[in-house]
Amino acid sequence: MSTEHKITTQKVNFKVFRFNADEDYLPYYENYEMEVTSEEVVLDILNRIKWDHDGSFSYRRSCRHGICGACAIKVNGRSTLACKESMNDMIDLFGEELTLEPLSIKRAVKDMIIDKGDFWEKHDSIHPYLISDVEEHPEHEHLVTPEEADTLNDADLCIQCGACHYACPVVEINEDFFGPAAFAKAYRFESDVRDDAHTSRLEELHEEKQGLWDCVKCYECAEVCPKDVNPIDKITKLHQMLFKEGVAKSNVATRHAVGFKHSIAKRGVLDEGGLVLYSEGPSIVKHIPVAIKMFKKGKIVMPWDIPTSDNLDEIKKLVESSSTAKF
Amino acid sequence: MEKLKYALFTGCTAKQSTPEQMMSTMAVAEKLNIELVELTEASCCGASHLQDYDDFLSLVLNARNIAYAEKHGLTMVTICNTCQLNTAMTKHRLDKDAELKAKVNEKLAEVGLEYKGTSDITHFLYAIIDDIGLDKIKEMVVTPLSQFNIAPFYGCHNIRPSELQNETHKTPESAYRPTSLDDLIIACGGQNVDYEEKNKCCGFHVELQAPKTAAILTGNAIAGAMDGNADWMVTPCPLCHLKLDTQTHHASKAIGREVELPVLHMQQMVGLALGCSPEELGLQHHLAEVDFV
Repeated sequence: MSTEHKITTQKVNFKVFRFNADEDYLPYYENYEMEVTSEEVVLDILNRIKWDHDGSFSYRRSCRHGICGACAIKVNGRSTLACKESMNDMIDLFGEELTLEPLSIKRAVKDMIIDKGDFWEKHDSIHPYLISDVEEHPEHEHLVTPEEADTLNDADLCIQCGACHYACPVVEINEDFFGPAAFAKAYRFESDVRDDAHTSRLEELHEEKQGLWDCVKCYECAEVCPKDVNPIDKITKLHQMLFKEGVAKSNVATRHAVGFKHSIAKRGVLDEGGLVLYSEGPSIVKHIPVAIKMFKKGKIVMPWDIPTSDNLDEIKKLVESSSTAKF
Repeated sequence: MEKLKYALFTGCTAKQSTPEQMMSTMAVAEKLNIELVELTEASCCGASHLQDYDDFLSLVLNARNIAYAEKHGLTMVTICNTCQLNTAMTKHRLDKDAELKAKVNEKLAEVGLEYKGTSDITHFLYAIIDDIGLDKIKEMVVTPLSQFNIAPFYGCHNIRPSELQNETHKTPESAYRPTSLDDLIIACGGQNVDYEEKNKCCGFHVELQAPKTAAILTGNAIAGAMDGNADWMVTPCPLCHLKLDTQTHHASKAIGREVELPVLHMQQMVGLALGCSPEELGLQHHLAEVDFV
C-alpha cells in the first residue's frame, strides 16, 4: 500500500473576531480569505493573519507543541488548542467558512487574548500543589507505586489551556462555579498518595458555592480537552471520594445520588416522585405547581401504581452484595 | 422488508412521567415492522447520579440489564439518551477491562447471570437510521411534515463523549455538527431549523441542586429554537423533553422572556409522518399544547 502523503490546498474564508478593549466600544469581525494547506494547524493561520495581513492582530502563543496551553481559542464555537488542531479536521467538521474567536467573548481584551483571571483564581482556590509534611532527612524516598500513579496520570496531563473551562455551560452562567479544569486539578492532588490535605481539601470543595454538584453532565469538557484529561470523569470521582472519605454532607445533591440506590433496591425501576421527595425533603412543596400540571396530563403515576422490575429479588440481592459506598 | 427485532430497555420515565414516549415508540415500531422485546427485568440505569455515589454498583446493575438483552441474543435499544450513555459506557468499560468484567461477573453469578459483551447497545434514533435507513423512512411517509419548521434538540448523552457514542452506531455523528435528527426531520418531509443550542445541554441533571442554572439552559434552548422560527422542537431524549415541555414557566422567568414551543419526542414526529393518530402517539400528554395536528 502506498503511504505517499499528498499536500493539498483549499480556499477558506476566515471570519475573525477583532476587538481592542482600549479603543473599541464593540467588537467586530474581519474577513480573511486564504489558501490553506492540509499540513497546517490553526496556529499557522493565526500567524499568517498577523504576518501577512495585520501586524496588530493579537493572540497568545508560545511552545507550539501542545504543552504551554497558551493558544486555545474557539473555532466555530468549539474550544480548541490552536497549535494542535489540524486545519483539515476543522474544514472537515465545519466546512470552508470558519469563525475564529477568543475562548470567551465577554472576557476579550484584544482579539484572541482574554482576561483569564477567573480561570486562574479558581485554579488557585483548590490549592493546586502537594500539601505534605516532608521530613527534612527522610530515611528513603517516598515511593509511589505504578498503580497509585495510574489513578492521577491522565489528570496530571492538564496544561491549563482553559478549553474546557470556557466550553462549560455552567461557567458561562454561574460565575462562582469552579469549572471542569479546577475540579480536575483538585482530583489530581486528591488522588495523590503523597498529599496530606486530603479531607480538608475535599471539605472545602464540597462547599455549596463553588458547585462541585452543579456539573450538568453535558460532557462538553471531555469533548474539547486537547490532552484527554476527561474532566467530567474527575468530577464524578470527586463525588465518589466525598462518600468514600465520609465527608459528604447531606444536601439535595448528595441525597439525590444516594436516592437512586434506595429506589432501585425497592423496585428496580426508579420511583420518580419518591426520588424527588427523598432528595428535597420538605422543599418538595416548590415542585407542587408543576406536579399538578403534570398530573392533569397523565404524567404522574400514583405511588401504588409505580411499576416494579421483574426478578426484583435479583436486584435486591445485587444491591446488597455489590454496594461499595455508604452514606 | 424483513422484520427487525430488538431488546427494548424502556428506562424509567417512559413508564411514568413521559407515557407518550412509550406509546409512540410502540406505535412507530409497528409502522416500521420492528419487533421490540421489552426487558421487563431491567432496573434503572442510575441516570449518571447513582454513578456519583457507587460506581461499582452501577456497573453491576447495568451489566445485569445488558445480560438480559444478551439472553435474547438481541441488540439492546434504548429510548433515553441517559440510559444509552450509562448502558453503553458500562459495556465500553467492561469490554476493555477483563479484570473489571470478572469482578462484575462474580456478582452477577450470584443471581445466575453473566455479562458476555455479545449485545450491541444503540439508541432507537440510530437503530432506525442505521437499520432501516432514511431513504426507506422517506418512502414510507404518508403525511409529510412539509408545512413545519422543526428544531432538532439532540441531547448531550447521545452525542458526547463522541468517541463512545460513535462506537454504538454506524452513522457517524459529530458532537459539534450533529446531523442524524436533522436528516430524520428532512426524511419526514419537514424543514430542519439550524440554531446554536441544538447540541447544547437542557440542564436536566441539576434541576434539583442548581435550579437556576437548569432553568437558564432550558430557556436558552427554547429561545434559540423560537428565534430560528421553529414551529416546534423534537428530541430523542425524554429527560430533555421533560425540561423543555414541563419547565417553561421557570425557564421563562430565568431568562426574562416568555418561551414555549410544542416539543415532540423523536418517535412522535416519525409517527405523525407515518400516519399514526395523535392519540396513539400520546400528544395529549404534553404540557406545551400540541395544537398543530
